[in-house]
Amino acid sequence: MYADWPLLSLVIWTPIFGGILVLFAGDSNPAGARKIALVVSLITFLLTVPLYTQFNTSTHLMQFVERHEWIGVFNIEYYVGIDGISMPLILLTSFTTVIVIISAWEVIQYRVSQYMAAFLIMEGFMFGTFAALDSILFYIFFEAMLIPMFLVIGIWGGANRIYATLKFFLYTFIGSVLMLVALIYMYTRSGSFAIFDFHHLQLSLNEQVLIFLAMLVAFAVKVPMWPVHTWLPDAHVEAPTGGSVILAAIMLKIGGYGFLRFSLPITPDASAELDWLIITMSLTAVVYIGFVALVQRDMKKLIAYSSIAHMGFVTLGFFIVFRIFDSGFGDQGAALALEGGMVQMVSHGFISGAMFLCVGVLYDRMHSRQIADYGGVANTMPVFAAFMVFFAMANAGLPGTSGFVGEFMVILASFKASFWIAFLAATTLILGAAYTLWMVKRVIYGDIANDNVRVLNDINKREFLFLALLALAVLGLGLWPDPLVEVMHPTIDNLLNHIANTKI
Amino acid sequence: MTAEFIQPDLMPALPEMVMLAMTCLVLVVDLFLPQGKRGFTLLLSVLTLVLAIAAVIAVAPVTAVSSFGGSFVLDQLAVVLKIAVCVVTILVFVYSRDYLSDHDIYKGEYYVLGLFATLGMMVMISAHSFLLVYLGLELLSLSLYAMIAFNKNSLSASESAMKYFVLGAMASGLLLYGISIFYGITGTLDINQLSVAVNSQMSQHPVALGFALTFIVVGLSFKLGAVPFHMWLPDIYQGSPTSVTLFIGTAPKIAGFAMAIRLLVDGLGDLQVDWSQMLMVLAVASLAVGNIIAIAQTNFKRMLAYSTISHVGFILLGILTATANGYSSAMFYTITYALTAAAAFGVLLVLNRKGFEAENISDLSGLNDSNPWYAALLAIAMFSMAGVPPTVGFYAKLTILQALVQVDMVWLAVLAVLFSVIGLFYYLRIIKVMYFDKPLAEQTTTIKEALDVKVLLGANSLSLILLGMFPSTLMVYCILAFS
Repeated sequence: MYADWPLLSLVIWTPIFGGILVLFAGDSNPAGARKIALVVSLITFLLTVPLYTQFNTSTHLMQFVERHEWIGVFNIEYYVGIDGISMPLILLTSFTTVIVIISAWEVIQYRVSQYMAAFLIMEGFMFGTFAALDSILFYIFFEAMLIPMFLVIGIWGGANRIYATLKFFLYTFIGSVLMLVALIYMYTRSGSFAIFDFHHLQLSLNEQVLIFLAMLVAFAVKVPMWPVHTWLPDAHVEAPTGGSVILAAIMLKIGGYGFLRFSLPITPDASAELDWLIITMSLTAVVYIGFVALVQRDMKKLIAYSSIAHMGFVTLGFFIVFRIFDSGFGDQGAALALEGGMVQMVSHGFISGAMFLCVGVLYDRMHSRQIADYGGVANTMPVFAAFMVFFAMANAGLPGTSGFVGEFMVILASFKASFWIAFLAATTLILGAAYTLWMVKRVIYGDIANDNVRVLNDINKREFLFLALLALAVLGLGLWPDPLVEVMHPTIDNLLNHIANTKI
Repeated sequence: MTAEFIQPDLMPALPEMVMLAMTCLVLVVDLFLPQGKRGFTLLLSVLTLVLAIAAVIAVAPVTAVSSFGGSFVLDQLAVVLKIAVCVVTILVFVYSRDYLSDHDIYKGEYYVLGLFATLGMMVMISAHSFLLVYLGLELLSLSLYAMIAFNKNSLSASESAMKYFVLGAMASGLLLYGISIFYGITGTLDINQLSVAVNSQMSQHPVALGFALTFIVVGLSFKLGAVPFHMWLPDIYQGSPTSVTLFIGTAPKIAGFAMAIRLLVDGLGDLQVDWSQMLMVLAVASLAVGNIIAIAQTNFKRMLAYSTISHVGFILLGILTATANGYSSAMFYTITYALTAAAAFGVLLVLNRKGFEAENISDLSGLNDSNPWYAALLAIAMFSMAGVPPTVGFYAKLTILQALVQVDMVWLAVLAVLFSVIGLFYYLRIIKVMYFDKPLAEQTTTIKEALDVKVLLGANSLSLILLGMFPSTLMVYCILAFS
C-alpha cells in the first residue's frame, strides 16, 4: 500500500512541518505544544518503520529513491534514497527523537513550543542528511541542522552555554565550508552534484588528497576525532539533556556516516594513502581520551569524553580496512571492520543517549552534575540505579549488551591488520570499564553521601518508560545483532569492492 | 560622426519617463497635503514604483534594444535590475513610515528624494555611455546627500551628509578623470564604440589605458565601498537616520553592480586581465577588513556597514572571474543581498520608538522574549548574510564559489569561505543577543504593529528562505541577463 508513496520525503518533511506547526500553535499553550510534538514524533517514527520492514536486504542499490530536478541551473537535484548504511541511522534518529520529546515533558518549562519545535525540525534535517544523495542537498541539511542545535544549547543550556554553543557552531561550520569547496570542485569536474557521480569520478592522487583532507576536516569535527574534539565536552556539558542526547546519539554519527558515504568511496586512494593518519587519530582518541575521561569530575563531561573514545572505534573500523587488504585477509576481515564500526555507531547512539538521560534524571533532582555531590544513590533510587548500572555496563562493553558487539568486531578485524593496533584498541575494554564503573561506584554505590541524596525520589513512570525503551534496545542489539548486520551486508560489500579499486 | 538629429525611440525609456512624471506629481501633490494626510504621499510614491515596474515589464524586450544614439540600452539585465531596485525601494518606503513619524521627519521630501534617487539608479542601470552613467550616478548621489541631511536637528546626520558629500564628490571626480582620459584616447563616450576603440588602441597606449582604468576602478570602488575605499561607509551608515541607512544599504548596491558591469564588462572587456587583478586585491581586502572589523562593533548599523563591505568583496569575486557564470552569480548575490539587508534594517526600524533610537546591538537584547516574530525574522536575515543554508545567502555564496572554482581560482574560494566563517561569528552574536540574553529593563514595551509593515517584513524575510529553497526562480533571469 505504501508502494507508490514518497515515503522518504514524508519522513523528512513531516517533522519539519510538524515543528513549524508546534511553533505557531503552542506559543501560548505549553501543554498543547508538548502533545502536538509527541504526536508528530510518533507519527514520524511510525513512518520510518516501513523503511525497515519493506527494506530489501538482498541489494546494495538505493531504495525508496526519489529523484526530481531542483535547481536546474547547477544540476542540483532533490535526490534521496537509503541503503544499508543510512537506514539504521534514520531509525535511530526517529526513535531517539521520541525519547527526547518524552524526556523533556516536565523538565522544560521555558518556551516549550520553541524547544519542541527545534527538536522536531532538527529531526527532519537529520533525516535529510542521511537520505540525501545529492551532495548539495546533503550539505544544506548538514548545515541547517546546526541552527536548531545552536538555539537549543544557547537558550536552554547551562551557565556557560553561550561560549559552548558559539564554539559548537563555529567549529562545525569551519569544518564544513572546506568540504563545500571540495564538492564544488568535483562538480566542475563531473558536471553533477550527485554523490554517485562523485563515486565514479576519476581523480588524480593529488586531487584526492586535497579533497580527502577538506572532507576530513568536516567529518572529523563532527565525529569528533582527536584533536578537534574540544567543542564536544563544552557543548555536552552546557546543553540541556535533550540536546546532549541528540548530539551524542545522532549528530556525531553524521561524521561517521560522512566517511562511509563520501571519503571512502570518493577518495579511496587518498584514504589508503592517509589511513595512518586516521588510525593514529582514532587510537589517540581511544587511549588518550580514555585516560582523560578517567579524571573527570563532571558526569556529563565524563560521558562526553567516553563518546569521543567510542567514536574512535568507529573511525578505526572504517579506515583499518586498507591494512586488512594489505595483510591478505581480504574482504572478510574488511567487512567485519566496517560493519563493526556501523554497529558501534548505532549502539553508541542508544548507550550514550541513555547515559545522558540518566545524568539528566539526576540533574533534574539535584541540579548538580558533579560526581562528588553524589554517593549512595542506589539506596534512595533503586530502580534508577539498576538502569544506570546496566547502561554503564553497556558503555564499558559488557558482552550481551550492544556495546560489546561493535567493539569486539572492530578489535577482531584489527587483529587481522596488525597486532599492535588491535592491542591498543583493546585497551578500551579496560579503560572504558575503569572510567564508567568508577563513576558508577562513586555515584550509585556506597553510603548515602549527604542530605540531598537522602531525600531523592525514584524515577517516575515517564522516566521509567524512556529508560526501559533504551534498555530494551541495548539488550536487543547486544543479544541479537543479526537484523542490523544483515541489513547492511550488501551495501558494505559493495562499498568494499568499490574502494578496493583505484580511481587514479 | 555626423551631427544630424534623429528622433530617438522613446519606448525603451518609458519606465524612466513614468518615474519622472509621477515624481513631479508627488512633489506637487505633497505641497497641498496637511501633515495628517502624509500617508497619501507614501501611497502615491508606492504607486509610482508599482507603475514603473509595470512599465518595465511592458517594454521588456526579447533581445537588447538601444536608443538615444546607443547611449541608453534596455536588455534583460536592465529589466531585472530595475524591477529589483523598485521592489526594494517599495520595501524601504513602507518600513520607513513609522520611523519618520516618530522622529518628526515624516515629510513628503523623503519620498520625493527617494524617487529621484530611484530614477537615478534606473538611468545608471540602462546607461550605455559614460555621460549617462555619470548623470544617473549624480542624480542618485545628490538625492542621497539631501536624504541624509534630512533630519536637520541631528548633528550626526549633518556630519554624515557632509562626509558623504565630500567623499562622494571626490569619487565622482576620480571617475570623471578616468572617463576623460578614455575620451582622450578613444574620442568617444559611447560604451559600445569605446569597447571597439580600446581594442584597437591597446597596443599603442597600454600605459594610458591602464592609467585610465585605474581611475575608473577606484571611482567604482568608492561607490561600492570596497576596501581600501570604504572609510566613508561605516560613518555614513551609523550617522544617517536609520530609514536612510536602509535605503543606502540596499537599492544603490544593485545600481552599483550595474555600473560595474556596464563600465568594466561592456566597455572595457578587453582590459579584463588588468581589472580582474585589481578586483582581486580589492575583493580579498574587502573580505578581510569587512569581516574582521565587524567583530569589534557594538553599533548594529556600523556592524552592518562592515558586513556590507565584506559582501561587496563577494560580489567583486563574482565579477573578477570574467565569465558569464560569474556575472550572473554576482548579480544574484547583489539582488538577494539587497533583500536581506532590507529585512535586517527593516526589523531595526520597527524597534524604534518615539524618543528612542534603536541602533546598538544591545538594544536587541531578549527580543525573542518580547517579540519572537521579529526576532525570528532578523535571525533569518542574519543566517542568510552568514550564508547558512537553507537561506538564500548560502545559495548566493555557492554560485560565486562555483564560478571561482570553474576558472581554477580554488584558492580564492577557500579564502572566501574562511573569511565567511569569521563573518559567521558576528552574525551569530546578533542571534545570541536576541535569543540568549535577557531583555533590558527599559525595553519591555512591545512593538507597535502596523499591519502592512508586519506583512511586508514577514514576506521579505520568508522570501529569503523561499529563494534559498527555490533559487532557480530568480537565477534563471540572472543567467538570461548574461547569455
